[in-house]
Amino acid sequence: MTVSAAPRPHVDLQNAVVRFAGDSGDGMQLTGTEFTREAALYGNDLATFPDYPAEIRAPAGTTAGVSGYQIQFAAHEVYSAGDQPDTLVAMNPAALKVHLPDLKRGGLLILNEATFKQSDLDRAGWKTNPLTDGTLENYQVIKVDFEHLVGKAVEGTGVSAKDASRCKNFYALGLVFWIYSRDIEREEQAIRERFKKSPPLAEANVRAFKAGYNYGETIEALDAPYSIQPARLKPGKYRNVTGNSALALGLIAAAQKAGLRMFYGSYPITPASDILHELSKYRRFQLTTFQAEDEIAAISAAIGASFAGALGVTGSSGPGIALKMEAMGLALMTELPLVIINVQRGGPSTGLPTKTEQSDLFQAVYGRNGECPIPVLAARSPADCFETAYEACRIAIDCRTPVILLSDGSLANGSEPWLLPDVNSLPKIDPDFATDPAGFMPYKRDDKLARPWAIPGTPGLEHRIGGLEKDALTGNISYDAQNHEKMVRTRAEKVRRIADRLEPTEPFFDPEGDVLVIGWGGTYGSITQAVIEARQTGLRVGHVHLRHVFPLPNDLTDIAARYRNVLVPELNMGQLRFHLRGQLGLESVGLNKIQGKPFHVAEVRSAIESLARRKHLPAEQEIA
Amino acid sequence: MSAPLVKLTKKDFVSDQEVRWCPGCADFAILAGVQKLMPELGISREKTVFISGIGCASRFPYYMNTYGFHGIHGRAPAIATGLKMANPDLTVWVVTGDGDGLSIGGNHLIHALRRNVDLKILLFDNRIYGLTKGQASPTSELGKKTKSSPFGTVDRPFNPLTLALGAGATFVARTTANDMPHMSSVLKRAAAHKGAAFVEIWQNCVVFNDGAFDEWSEKDVRDERLLKLEHGKPLVYGKTKDKGLRIGGGFTLEMGAADGAVVHDESRDNLSLALALAALEPPWPQVMGVLRAVDLPTVDQLAREQEREAEKSRGPATLQALLQSGDTWDVTAGAGDA
Repeated sequence: MTVSAAPRPHVDLQNAVVRFAGDSGDGMQLTGTEFTREAALYGNDLATFPDYPAEIRAPAGTTAGVSGYQIQFAAHEVYSAGDQPDTLVAMNPAALKVHLPDLKRGGLLILNEATFKQSDLDRAGWKTNPLTDGTLENYQVIKVDFEHLVGKAVEGTGVSAKDASRCKNFYALGLVFWIYSRDIEREEQAIRERFKKSPPLAEANVRAFKAGYNYGETIEALDAPYSIQPARLKPGKYRNVTGNSALALGLIAAAQKAGLRMFYGSYPITPASDILHELSKYRRFQLTTFQAEDEIAAISAAIGASFAGALGVTGSSGPGIALKMEAMGLALMTELPLVIINVQRGGPSTGLPTKTEQSDLFQAVYGRNGECPIPVLAARSPADCFETAYEACRIAIDCRTPVILLSDGSLANGSEPWLLPDVNSLPKIDPDFATDPAGFMPYKRDDKLARPWAIPGTPGLEHRIGGLEKDALTGNISYDAQNHEKMVRTRAEKVRRIADRLEPTEPFFDPEGDVLVIGWGGTYGSITQAVIEARQTGLRVGHVHLRHVFPLPNDLTDIAARYRNVLVPELNMGQLRFHLRGQLGLESVGLNKIQGKPFHVAEVRSAIESLARRKHLPAEQEIA
Repeated sequence: MSAPLVKLTKKDFVSDQEVRWCPGCADFAILAGVQKLMPELGISREKTVFISGIGCASRFPYYMNTYGFHGIHGRAPAIATGLKMANPDLTVWVVTGDGDGLSIGGNHLIHALRRNVDLKILLFDNRIYGLTKGQASPTSELGKKTKSSPFGTVDRPFNPLTLALGAGATFVARTTANDMPHMSSVLKRAAAHKGAAFVEIWQNCVVFNDGAFDEWSEKDVRDERLLKLEHGKPLVYGKTKDKGLRIGGGFTLEMGAADGAVVHDESRDNLSLALALAALEPPWPQVMGVLRAVDLPTVDQLAREQEREAEKSRGPATLQALLQSGDTWDVTAGAGDA
């Protein structure tokens, strides 16, 4: 399958990292998404990282308003969106200011020359003009007057000057399409489909896109454009998916397989809202979405729905999860299935709404009043959000328990190709409703220590439940001292037994050796790539990425003992590290970054290498 | 489906749990009234659910032999909303109090009302916190001395009726636990209403606020101080029904003779009169009965209608089709070698 009509030969690359950056109104997220779709359909493996400000439209041209979208695409498997771009598109001086430090030395820089007037430079905080002061001398620069050329290209389409100017992101896209020899026909169709409600706008955007492509060809922007062949992925049907979409689909799949109505209660919050948006499209799958008046109502309504026999789910981010804590205790006491999603963001308090962080592990595992053990699962990649959501639902239903599912901002908005599962091969989920009044006791337990799910509407099973401590069998209110201790221990044992049913943990890469890297959540990609690179230097490195944060796998301590040192990279101050020490007595060294950004592969790799050189675990808790 | 409907009696709705309210509490009367009403509704026990929050009133579900859920403080309307939306076939009652419903759970109450969730919401109003032993509540009178306000409260109380009307409730009523026939008739009306029915029930707390409603309950004065609303009948009161309310100038009510009293109409779209009646303060009579009862679609109904519409629309109909929707591509063995 090829593509371009370019007469010159291509330069074959194994991979490339491209970043689109501009004002938050410049359409950079759309541009990135379009490029990603084409890379996916072409067959590259890829990973993306959108990075945008909390303000919808910060003052135009300022560094506060810069929005970026990064993609790594390759002819081989890709685990992260890449540390440093090979190509940077900067739509204005502010985007250049923010992102130039990340661009690889010698990298390709595409600039919209029209935005480098003195006032633009002032707004972005450039003291001198970077186009002329030597700032860019270590890069290959393509300077184009986007405004002028786009204006020319769309002449005659009848769109306003303002709309014409808004086509310039597609001009940039066209230029990058030429640079990486991408298929312009498929993209042209996609643009026409996107703007089908306004044919003039569709025409203008297509023309801008093609003008960008042709510009690359005409000026011979490069000696030869690059080409990156499809990756050898596992055979099957694929689709590119973001973490939030995959998560929503995982919930629907679980409810459908269980034959349950799903009820999703949520209050808008970044970066979790897209789950609500996605789910609300699919009413026909017996799916009630409820935009509640607040976070507490969202979870309370989900609990009410679970009591009714639906799969109750609520989703939010850290600050919203804090508000839901009391209700989580209620779900634990009433022992009803419930899934609580936390798409983590930078905290504490309102923190960094659009930035990623992994700092809610303590909140999830230890955050409630009383002895309140709730299973905690964490997804590791955008596509993995599907499976993890499915498993969270399965555990919630099997064990009649609330389950917390941790995602994060980088997974939520990041995307990757997803090998679509065969619905028939998904594990069974049986809600196993109680129906028989003979011998019915609301808190009589099965071998998993789960109680019956007896739903209103079932004759003969009328009973009352609530947040007060209850008798171990009847579920009636009980203030009996011995009964309370028994119930607290039983609820803890019910959750602990989940670990007994987990598959044995198989470390990736070396089964024993110098360093074991234990990670959780969205750091999976950076860690994997770092381990691959560290092993190329001769080190023996294993990697365990925990889906089950609580309860932890039973075999983790034994596995860790097979390595000289354990490294725990986290985007927090060491929450998993403390958790491992507290739960298992397992000692490790942390690599901790709290900048609202994912790990660079190089950061993790250098920590692995530095730790591997030491015979014993160093005394300090964090590795520099 | 459900068991054949045998004729149920009050006894069938009494649970095996010992009732633990203070002796003399007006909650006993409400419990008896509700248990007596249940068999008259012709709804089976298994399809009836009582949901509560926290407070004395919120122990109510334990005493009903139906499905019940004793929630957390203030959240009963939210829990009930999820329950009703998940299974609209159920008859769902919410039992709350002035603290639970108007203070910590005020937000959920107003949103359940504005959404018109098909719930019967009974707000037991004793104008005090009972379970926490005697603090001021959002309906305590301004200046009331309580444990938490030894010099008198400085915050003005809510009027539950104007609050409910303002929130857009489709059914708003008030009754009192010491008038069983009136309470029964109002509860029955609430039960029959399709939509969010809000009933304020005056309920005397013998321990922490005894006598709170005496000025309207003593036999010799109550006819002069209470106006019982009846749909289609003039707004008259007094022992001999000799006094009436009429509409005066400047959007105000006027007290006068029974003659010429305005006729009560629960079904008015316009809220002005209902609000004026709800807001009356002594020396004006306090209204009792159904202030407003209008039919509007319920949220549970509307959500299900959307679902049925969605089933008719295009788009993926099976789970497999849903997963495979959007732009997909196939990787075959050996692909990528091209």
